Amino acid sequence: MKPTDTKNPEYFHKVVDCQYACPAHTPVPEYIRLIAAGKYTEAYMVNWESNVFPGVLGRTCDRPCEPACRRGRIEEEPVAICRLKRVAADNKDDVKAFMPAIPSQMNGKRIALIGAGPASLTVARDLAPLGYEIHLYDEHEAGGGMMRSQIPSFRLPTEVLNEEVGYILDMGIHTHFKTYVSSLNEILDKGYDAVFVGTGAPRGRNLNLPGREEVGKNVHIGIEWLASVAFEHTHKIGKKVIVLGGGNTAMDCCRTSRRLGGEQVKVVVRSPFSEMKASPWEIEDAMHEDIPILENHVPKSFVVEDGSLKGMFFEKVMAEYDDSGKRQLVPAGEPDVFIEADDVLVAIGQQNSFPWIEKETGVNFDEWGMPFVDRATHQSSNKKVFFGGDSAFGPKNVITAVAHGHQAAISIDLYCQGTALTERPAPFTNLVSKKMGIHEWSYDNDVVNDHRFIVPLAEKKAALSDRKLEVELGFDIATAVKEAHRCLNCDVQTVFEKDKCIECDACVDICPTSCITFTLNGEEEDLRSRLKAPAFNLTQDLYVSDTLPTKRVMVKDEDVCLHCGLCAERCPTSAWDMQQYLYKVTKACH
Amino acid sequence: MTYIRPKFRHPDLPKNDLGYTTKEYEGSLSTLCAGCGHDSISASIIEACFELSIPPHRIAKLSGIGCSSKTPTYFLGNSHGFNSVHGRMPSVATGANMANRELTYIGVSGDGDTASIGMGQFVHVIRRNLNMVYIVMNNGCYGLTKGQDSATADEGSKSKAGSVNPFQPIDLAGLALELGASFVAQSFSGDKQQLIPLIKAAISHQGFAFINVISPCVTFNNNPGSTKSYDYVREHIESTGKTDLVPEKTEILTSYESGTGTNVMMHDGTYIRLEKLASNRNPFDRMGAMNALQNARNRSEILTGLLFVEKETENLHQTINSSDRPLNTLMQEELCPGSSVLADINDELR
Repeated sequence: MKPTDTKNPEYFHKVVDCQYACPAHTPVPEYIRLIAAGKYTEAYMVNWESNVFPGVLGRTCDRPCEPACRRGRIEEEPVAICRLKRVAADNKDDVKAFMPAIPSQMNGKRIALIGAGPASLTVARDLAPLGYEIHLYDEHEAGGGMMRSQIPSFRLPTEVLNEEVGYILDMGIHTHFKTYVSSLNEILDKGYDAVFVGTGAPRGRNLNLPGREEVGKNVHIGIEWLASVAFEHTHKIGKKVIVLGGGNTAMDCCRTSRRLGGEQVKVVVRSPFSEMKASPWEIEDAMHEDIPILENHVPKSFVVEDGSLKGMFFEKVMAEYDDSGKRQLVPAGEPDVFIEADDVLVAIGQQNSFPWIEKETGVNFDEWGMPFVDRATHQSSNKKVFFGGDSAFGPKNVITAVAHGHQAAISIDLYCQGTALTERPAPFTNLVSKKMGIHEWSYDNDVVNDHRFIVPLAEKKAALSDRKLEVELGFDIATAVKEAHRCLNCDVQTVFEKDKCIECDACVDICPTSCITFTLNGEEEDLRSRLKAPAFNLTQDLYVSDTLPTKRVMVKDEDVCLHCGLCAERCPTSAWDMQQYLYKVTKACH
Repeated sequence: MTYIRPKFRHPDLPKNDLGYTTKEYEGSLSTLCAGCGHDSISASIIEACFELSIPPHRIAKLSGIGCSSKTPTYFLGNSHGFNSVHGRMPSVATGANMANRELTYIGVSGDGDTASIGMGQFVHVIRRNLNMVYIVMNNGCYGLTKGQDSATADEGSKSKAGSVNPFQPIDLAGLALELGASFVAQSFSGDKQQLIPLIKAAISHQGFAFINVISPCVTFNNNPGSTKSYDYVREHIESTGKTDLVPEKTEILTSYESGTGTNVMMHDGTYIRLEKLASNRNPFDRMGAMNALQNARNRSEILTGLLFVEKETENLHQTINSSDRPLNTLMQEELCPGSSVLADINDELR
């Protein structure tokens, strides 16, 4: 193998698995260290700079960072990254003074943002401090998009959302709420320098089964019903409720139903339980509220008597898999199942919908009705129009929308300055030694043995009687600090300097997880087979040095490195050093 | 800001026949200087005992005084240990071995502990062919007292302070051969591929097994001009051939060309395999080994690998016909068989 090029900003970035997995690449270990040090405001700002909604995400994020966490590869559970983020948000001081200043002299450019969800708000946050005049359009009476209309208050209190949306709206944003944009042409005619579309995936899929038309008013589309509850138009639901679908929206629907009078609420999914799309913790929370989840039930028909809904019939199926692993649901041969219901909530997916974008605008769509959008620049076929969030590439999540927003803001800035969109600035990186002296590092290199701590919940009876009572109580500070110490500090890199190495093997002998091997070089597959401990995880790189005097190379498997610093501690010549790597995604505004 | 070894280990560490990983053979974290050769020897002992699947509680590790003699704390934390008086490890090992022949005895010593204060004990334990492994961690200096030349420092070797050693060194491997040791090897702490199989072979050998390991002192004897520095040793090393220990149940493969390899059957049914032997080297020839050692020395080379092994050897237990069973398993009736037996003995003497 060729020697590893650690000058490539992505090499060490990839070692910080949580940060690398995060669509917005938030420097996770950095803020976790700040939380452990009691610096909540600083921890909040590290988050805010990167992901704009720490309080919201600390409660509702899809957490792609947690399955990636290295801790999950050396013991059962990863660090509770998401819930630590919330600790920073809950315990911070007033952060208004740290918000970017808005210039008194604007730059003369005007930008329209359609939809006030996380993507648009991120664009606003990045462009307003640069002097852009931002116009934000949304059909609802307040900003936040799906964070307000689809995430129930018992998971995300309105005050938390208002606070974080407020930081952005306070940047002198011109808001046009309760304004449904029905024509992109009209917006373009207003002479904006650029338009950003962040309208999400607003159409919930319907279910056309026999009886559907007759029972119109007792069958609801999940996301529309959630929005209606959020905006206080709907206050109750029948005692017996069926929720169709196995995603996070279905989980929000069933739990909201329990709070609006639903006593026998059942979630019914077509697939096996193990293949449900909802996050495991959301499923757990639903089951904790006594909501059964029935698997392998395919909806067949609505049963209507005297014009009112009585229930639904389901066909029982089994999952069969062919050689390529493709799933097929085949009838189980059992009689159809009847489930009583007063109301049915349909949460079987969301679609994009752009009835308001005219053909003449030059924004072109593919055969599935999705706009042609450049993956890197977010520019559409109309050079002035940019897309981000769910409306760009289909339904994902809040953190992805934020990441899109940052990239689109860079593009819009470059476009308005007349620079090529491909000339994107490099990410900010910094690599600094943490050595203080003998046995002294300026980071906590002690690896604790604690297992993941559990977030306390509100008492069930109280939670079910109040739609707005937040269920998760968040870590108290003492527990948060303990959980923070579980972080392995993967951003403190083991940096090897070949010219200093005397090949004494001290690092090999001390490494608790047998990561380091000195051996003759070879191709990657061959090298992986010759290491001190097996290196089966191909997603993790091998760190290979240049050839040493004995013709061998140093090979380090990054997979389960604890970043404990013992290799550097035992190195007599400081050929190993522990250096903190800070990586920040480029943003239009820092 | 801590210097504690985390408890986590690689989740896919290989297991030996007992179901143990190397973790069960580790000791406490070393407090020797960073980069000390001794730590590599400790790691090799751990690996050798792991690979041989010896239950850790069936091993006794013994040492005297010195940097080398501190190392038993850093390996085999689940084994018996005795940190004895300076240079007196062989006496304690002899006593322990006489009391219980069923344990594996690993003695660790240094060049000072063996070649200076312990020389008298060293030569006698060889002479008696005690069934043990005797490893000398040889760094050519007194590291614990700031690096003075030891008795194994080569003539002309320069110390860190710049003084040149005017005296002839004691060649421990040569001495062991001369005194009739039944297993003699020499190695380098920086070459685990050679050292681990040698330790395994030494453990399997049912007599006195001596390994002299050159182990650089990074703090006091790793300077230019020293003949025991990492660089010097690497440049002047010469191997007798490749040694490997083949477990009993493994079929002996004959894929290598005849004449290039030799299998040595050990007492426990395992084999030591010697491959790529240097031409005209015979591991069963004591005279040849002594010549080869002397010739290498004349060329300023360090001859490493298995120098000599005696296939059929009689160890101390066999020589003095001592108890087959450990003394702690002998019951009162056996130890004190009663007045009739005493009477019989007395009758014999009349």
